[in-house]
Amino acid sequence: MKIVAICGAGIGTSGILKVNAERVLERLGLDADVAAADIASVTSAASDAQIILTSPELVDRIGPTNADVIVVQNYFDLDELEQKLDEALG
Amino acid sequence: MPLPPLPDSAVTVGAHASDWRDAVELAGEALTRSGATEQGYGARMIQVIEEFGAYIVIAPGLALAHARPGPDVHHDGLSVVTLDEPVVFGHPHNDPVSVVIGLAVSTPEGHVRSVAELANVFNDPEAIPALAAAADVAEVQRILTLTEDAAR
Repeated sequence: MKIVAICGAGIGTSGILKVNAERVLERLGLDADVAAADIASVTSAASDAQIILTSPELVDRIGPTNADVIVVQNYFDLDELEQKLDEALG
Repeated sequence: MPLPPLPDSAVTVGAHASDWRDAVELAGEALTRSGATEQGYGARMIQVIEEFGAYIVIAPGLALAHARPGPDVHHDGLSVVTLDEPVVFGHPHNDPVSVVIGLAVSTPEGHVRSVAELANVFNDPEAIPALAAAADVAEVQRILTLTEDAAR
């Protein structure tokens, strides 16, 4: 399974989403490859992804995709991330 | 990889910002003061927000300002600015912002590892209010390093 964390510049915020998504997947006992990418490369980066993680500000820029788009409000709230990932994967 | 160093010169406590641009510029000035970036880096961090919106407000009260690596970045760096009055960035959930972190990285590869350390600090829900209330530079540095030690 592939998950892509998207941010504007590809630096910083997507890295935090990636790190925390990996922690939550470990909690859930799930194995997935989590990549960080910027919004400009979303089409190629997420072409084979099941899930896209991003912020409410960027969700409208993602465009057509087959992936489930998860909007994360608080990047440091592992419980929020766990609930949303669990829902999408469950 | 540990967080980039946070020298005294990279921390501004209780600053006043008239709006979000001003707040991001203060974080840029702190990065420049510490030697991590050239003067224009703050303006580049503002451009990222103008282009993509306030997505850098990644948690209630906290903005992680940053721009892409560029020739104006001398070395990886971090700055912290706490505001006397919070400012609005235009985020649907996480406004207003009272702590602005400035991040500069010299290579795209380096960032994921250093932001992992930021996650270690801020996954503690007490960290943002504690930073916002910090009375001096030493307290800011202590919050950022203590939690990092605790996570090991």
